[in-house]
Amino acid sequence: MARYAMAIDTKRCVGCADCVVACQTENNVPIGYCRDWIVQDTYGEYPNLSMEIRSERCNHCDDSPCVRCCPTSASHYAEGGIVLVTHDECIGCKACITSCPYDARYVHPEGYIDKCTFCIHRVKEGEDPACVAVCPTHCMIFGDLDDKNSEISKVLRSRKYKTLIPEAGTKPHVFYLL
Amino acid sequence: MSKRLNRREFIKILGAGTGGALVGASTIQTFAGMKTASSADLITEGSIEKTPTYCELCFWKCAGWVHKKDGEPWKITGNPDDPNSHGRFCPRGTGGIGTYTDPQRLKTPLIRIEERGKQVFKEATWDEALDYIAAKMNKIKEKWGPECIALFTHGSGGTYFKTLLKGFGSNNIAAPSYAQCRGPREEAYLLTYGEGVGSPERTDMVNSKCIVLIGSHIGENMHNGQVQDFSEAVANGATVITVDPRYSIAASKSKYWLPIKPATDMALLLAWINVIIEEELYDKEYVKQYTYGFEELKKAVKKNTPEWAYPITTIKPHLIRETAREMAKNAPATLVHPGRHVTWYGDDTQRVRAGAILNALLGSWGRRGGFYAPAKAKVEKYPLPEFPKPKKDWKDAFPDQFPLANLALSSGICDATIPTPGKDCSFKGWIVYGTNLPLTLPEPKKTIEALKALELVVAIDIMPMEITGWADVVLPECTYLERYDDIRISPGRESTIALRAPAFEAKYDTKPAAWIAKELSKKLGLEKYFPWETFEDYLDYRLKSIGSSLEEMKKIGVKKLAHDEDLYFLNGEEYEFGTNTGKIELYSTALEEHGFDPVPKYTHHEEPPEGYYRLNYGRAPMHSFSRTTNNSYLTDLMAENVVWINPLIAKEWDIKTGDYVVLKNTDGTKSNKIKAYVTQRIRHDSLYMVHGFGHRQKQMSTSYLKGADDTNLMSRVKIDPIMGGTGMRANFITFSMEDV
Ligand code: SF4
Ligand code: SF4
Ligand code: SF4
Repeated sequence: MARYAMAIDTKRCVGCADCVVACQTENNVPIGYCRDWIVQDTYGEYPNLSMEIRSERCNHCDDSPCVRCCPTSASHYAEGGIVLVTHDECIGCKACITSCPYDARYVHPEGYIDKCTFCIHRVKEGEDPACVAVCPTHCMIFGDLDDKNSEISKVLRSRKYKTLIPEAGTKPHVFYLL
Repeated sequence: MSKRLNRREFIKILGAGTGGALVGASTIQTFAGMKTASSADLITEGSIEKTPTYCELCFWKCAGWVHKKDGEPWKITGNPDDPNSHGRFCPRGTGGIGTYTDPQRLKTPLIRIEERGKQVFKEATWDEALDYIAAKMNKIKEKWGPECIALFTHGSGGTYFKTLLKGFGSNNIAAPSYAQCRGPREEAYLLTYGEGVGSPERTDMVNSKCIVLIGSHIGENMHNGQVQDFSEAVANGATVITVDPRYSIAASKSKYWLPIKPATDMALLLAWINVIIEEELYDKEYVKQYTYGFEELKKAVKKNTPEWAYPITTIKPHLIRETAREMAKNAPATLVHPGRHVTWYGDDTQRVRAGAILNALLGSWGRRGGFYAPAKAKVEKYPLPEFPKPKKDWKDAFPDQFPLANLALSSGICDATIPTPGKDCSFKGWIVYGTNLPLTLPEPKKTIEALKALELVVAIDIMPMEITGWADVVLPECTYLERYDDIRISPGRESTIALRAPAFEAKYDTKPAAWIAKELSKKLGLEKYFPWETFEDYLDYRLKSIGSSLEEMKKIGVKKLAHDEDLYFLNGEEYEFGTNTGKIELYSTALEEHGFDPVPKYTHHEEPPEGYYRLNYGRAPMHSFSRTTNNSYLTDLMAENVVWINPLIAKEWDIKTGDYVVLKNTDGTKSNKIKAYVTQRIRHDSLYMVHGFGHRQKQMSTSYLKGADDTNLMSRVKIDPIMGGTGMRANFITFSMEDV
């Protein structure tokens, strides 16, 4: 068994959006759509400012409202806890879009719902997801939480981190290093 | 706007407390021929092919692979063996396929003709277009001499036109990257150390313990290897000191952000030098062994105390001291970054020299964490006959000016094209390769005047850029993904070469620059300068000289060669610098010789008049100025630029984020409309925008009139008397409310 997760270092990320383009080209996400995106939060007033930059995507939640509410089971948990949508089974009802607190899903122009897959096709080949592999600041770590010696397990033991909207109770598996 | 829609904007910029400010846009379109996968697992099915390339979306030239799936373009990834990218392309390089698929590309040669009193372009064959150019070039040669033709160039393909022009008899070859960008930096380091900084920069930032960024927005400038080094250093706990009137991305990663009053950087640099000397924090051994003129320097900066600098820079004296001590504490692993785009106020060579001097006092040149000695592969050149000796060059128009300009000035050639009484202004023909001069050279009115005065303008480009609208002949080049180019030989920690091979057939009737130059050479009787049969032969010849071959390089893309340079060469070793004194010149004998200040001095620069703000400009990570603003992957991320406004100023003018505003400068020139971005991240005395937007060329409909063009507002420049750089931060702008 494996439990895949991602840790993203907000201290390193420069918000260049390379991860967005790499995902678009890797996964043939049409122009005008995206599976991952960047958020810049600025706090304070000039000149006492601070900033957090995050590359966001589906959190591959443990307790996913999107999977729960899907009437056709197109949205499902796959190996390693990755949440996927089987395009052929998706009827495009958008229930999952409404239920996801992170706005991680979109309607693909071909009618089905699409979102981040953690690049499972690459992970199966032993590669990192495209966003992780491209990031010029090396700010993302992908790995297996069940393996206590994986880089991600180690970094989550040694660094402070947070998840997004924890109060939604979805148990996200994308962690932001602070 | 629903939350869902917001997300499609890719980049959300949120100001806590001020509500969300959204930047970005979404054009919805799909490329013909690009299939969408029907499930996550299908992606790896199908046949996959890889072709080596090096990226052409900026000068960093990262080496990577172009992937095709079932013969269709798929993606571009970095080559892990490449020291410029470490296998990771930046967003522009990753989106490079958008340049190839751009439907608005130039498709066929064009010749300007007059039809019923109107100037129009007619489509031409390559033969017609090249005949036309050759006839005009020969006419100019006969009447005025071959030197009256100039070449402007940026990018890999320029080298073939350089050969052509030299063979033709002209040495007037200019790149705006000199006088409009990093020229003062190269000259300042040459004057101080006898060597330039080069590109990629020889900074050992990855090992720095303290990084000083003064005029460098790393992270927003996506100079790939450098961003990687910066991020690594930050992760390793390096202290970053960022001097910027704007809270840049780098500032947000810094321990110290010094929001300096624009145009006063020299005062801060001198105050730092003062503290380091007065508190005896400098590297005494190093200074003694390697430098010249310490006592003169000490005397010259005596008065430049932090207290003196405070009212000038608005940076508090205790912070100036604290940051100077921080630099010294980490020395020699302290890097005062030399910057890149340094043409600001006209005293730029001097300002960059102040930073170079600071590095010398800290002993960081030639030391770990400072500057390393770059290695560069030595690959035999393809043998060519000797070039004729030109009888004159661009400098003749400027007797006694810019004595230390080592390269031709684009702006100088432009000036020397405009007929001026008493001046040797003899340029009659311009060949413009990959440089969009109307959006590149400041004082755009002058550029237009020069273009109008010319007998021949040839534009070689991929896109119908503004410059093509001024050309007599437009030659459509194919993109870097459709052609071979010369071997990439970049300086760096390692000696490497990289190959660019065509991944796709050239679309439309476009041709590689090498082919264009060779065919034109035949029409001019200069074919002896292009003696190779095919470009593959040319490459193979060069590659065989280092024991490789085209065949091998097609398989590996990047090859590392052996080299024996020491990265760090100033740890007590004897060393002869390439300066007059053979030492690091804190006091410049060359500047003294030419009547300039041998030690940098502070000069007060003009301040904005009441109600005006200084125009500052920079880069965004997903664009290379006007070169990429039509690439749909990248416009997806940023379709137009915005103008950054401090909230106090915005309130005065009643401007809100998202409002369109029109800017005007002190000469009354107005901008295209541009979206306001009200943010705490900028001082109240300047406005900021990303350069490269505001295209006025209808044929590029994706970028047409999106955002504003800062160059258009630069009607004033401050010329660097040392080397002719064009200081472009001397323009003041305000809001033109009647136009909103
Ligand atoms: S590629 Fe890396 S640095 Fe760039 S935005 Fe994405 S996570 Fe941040
Ligand atoms: S982030 Fe949204 S789409 Fe992804 S698993 Fe969680 S609820 Fe589902
Ligand atoms: S830094 Fe980016 S645009 Fe420049 S060469 Fe590298 S990948 Fe291309």
